[in-house]
Amino acid sequence: MSNYNFAYLDEQTKRMIRRAILKGLAVPGYQVPFASREMPMPYGWGTGGVQVSAATLTPEDTLKVIDQGADDTTNAVSIRKFFERTAGVETTEETEQASVIQTRHRIPEAKLREDQILVYQVPIPEPLRFLEPRETETRKMHSLEEYGLMHVKLYEDISQHGAIATSYAYPVKVEDRYVMDPSPIPKFDNPKMEMAAIQLFGAGREQRIYAVPPYTKVVSLDFEDYPFEATKAEHACDLCGAEDSYLDEVIVDDAGNRMFVCSDTDYCRSRRGAGHVGRLAQEEVA
Amino acid sequence: MRADKDFRENTRARTETVKPLLQVREIEKRYGARIGCTGVNFDLYPGEVMGIVGESGSGKSTLLNCLAGHLEPDAGQVIFDTRADGPVDTVTMSEPERRMLSRTDWAFVHQHARDGLRTSVSAGGNIGERLMAVGDRHYGNIRERAIDWLGRVEISETRVDDRPTAFSGGMQQRLQIARNLVTGPRLVFMDEPTGGLDVSVQARLLDLLRGLVREMGLSALIVTHDLAVVRLLADRLMVMKDGHVVETGLTDQVLDDPQHAYTQLLVSSVLQV
Repeated sequence: MSNYNFAYLDEQTKRMIRRAILKGLAVPGYQVPFASREMPMPYGWGTGGVQVSAATLTPEDTLKVIDQGADDTTNAVSIRKFFERTAGVETTEETEQASVIQTRHRIPEAKLREDQILVYQVPIPEPLRFLEPRETETRKMHSLEEYGLMHVKLYEDISQHGAIATSYAYPVKVEDRYVMDPSPIPKFDNPKMEMAAIQLFGAGREQRIYAVPPYTKVVSLDFEDYPFEATKAEHACDLCGAEDSYLDEVIVDDAGNRMFVCSDTDYCRSRRGAGHVGRLAQEEVA
Repeated sequence: MRADKDFRENTRARTETVKPLLQVREIEKRYGARIGCTGVNFDLYPGEVMGIVGESGSGKSTLLNCLAGHLEPDAGQVIFDTRADGPVDTVTMSEPERRMLSRTDWAFVHQHARDGLRTSVSAGGNIGERLMAVGDRHYGNIRERAIDWLGRVEISETRVDDRPTAFSGGMQQRLQIARNLVTGPRLVFMDEPTGGLDVSVQARLLDLLRGLVREMGLSALIVTHDLAVVRLLADRLMVMKDGHVVETGLTDQVLDDPQHAYTQLLVSSVLQV
């Protein structure tokens, strides 16, 4: 522990990242460039999120790390261990207890509060990237608010699939100004982004930080005749019976049988603890 | 031909009362010490088609790019009669305004269709892009207009969801034209619109362009080295050599009775079949 500065990064770096975060909060949805550091993990494993978390953590914080909603997957476990070792902060799996939550690809089902910070890991922060490869051009498009191209992508979806088939990393417009990539969260989570907690986005490889302050207007882009829909699998969780949570589909045998379970493991566990029982959990009991 | 003659007389009658759509004053563009184009002056009236001819390297594409805002001229004014504010110098106007203009009132047809199309987006999406860029958010309407425009440029409705990479050269060029004209621009810049197409495809394209220009009352600036193209499309002609305009006049006048030595050379160089 004493071999590291608190939360791994040196104070100068943390100050630089905090400046980027503050700028991001001041201009919601705007991608602030920052001098991303090498972290002791590969790109794609959340180096951006880790740096943002490191700059946000205080010794009194309680940290929760989730990956695809789960607390016990490799990515979540390794980042949680990383901060246990380098920052010595409390960690938890319970959304309610956490003050800083680093997430990959999900927003927790439990409603977040004003005293919480949600840190997203972002692979590609530029929502226009796959339509316009030139960075100089995308920056100009952001600064001049030329977002027609984003709708071309949605148009292509409808013309090919009959509906907007984009189901994750669904583009949003923040506070009627910047179009933003919400990181690869399912579009089911998009409506939750108008929340009480601070949302910070870190992209390590692309060296960008952006943010959504509490209670900021976040609108998912759509067409008048093809409105945005937050979709999920048409099932209830097979373990806890929840009908309002985002589900993972799990193939359970070679006969094509499958089960649906909450992707948010903490939400599922707390519901089961409260006595809710799903379809397959009942069989186990019997 | 009769309709053409009427049209030209109408245009001429109109020009006496109508304000010019585009006024070009002393445009100059240099590449270091070399001259791109210099001392170019002309007025373009609504509904008028002007051809700019000259050999490779004569500065005609440089001129077109300066006028269309793709290049910044070193000197001169390009005054466009905007719908909202009347005549405005587009060289000094702010970039957002100029980009807005190039999405709405202006159109640019590139020589290579692929420069003007998004190859990873379907034909319908290509046509719809400009509509969405100016704020259309109704899928049904966008698609309907895309299909309407495909029909107007003689592309089958069944190809609306195909990508331009699956189109022939002539179809790509027609798609590019549809994509540009869908927002009803008033001024079209064309850079060698028929370059690289074989003659029968060229003929069809020219026919189509002539129809659209007449029907929509477009003003157009056409850069080409092909005299047959300007003979068919242009009302007036400007001949360029080494960055200078050497001769201007009505198309038939310039082509049938060239005054400048270079124009005479140009006209006599055309192969007769």
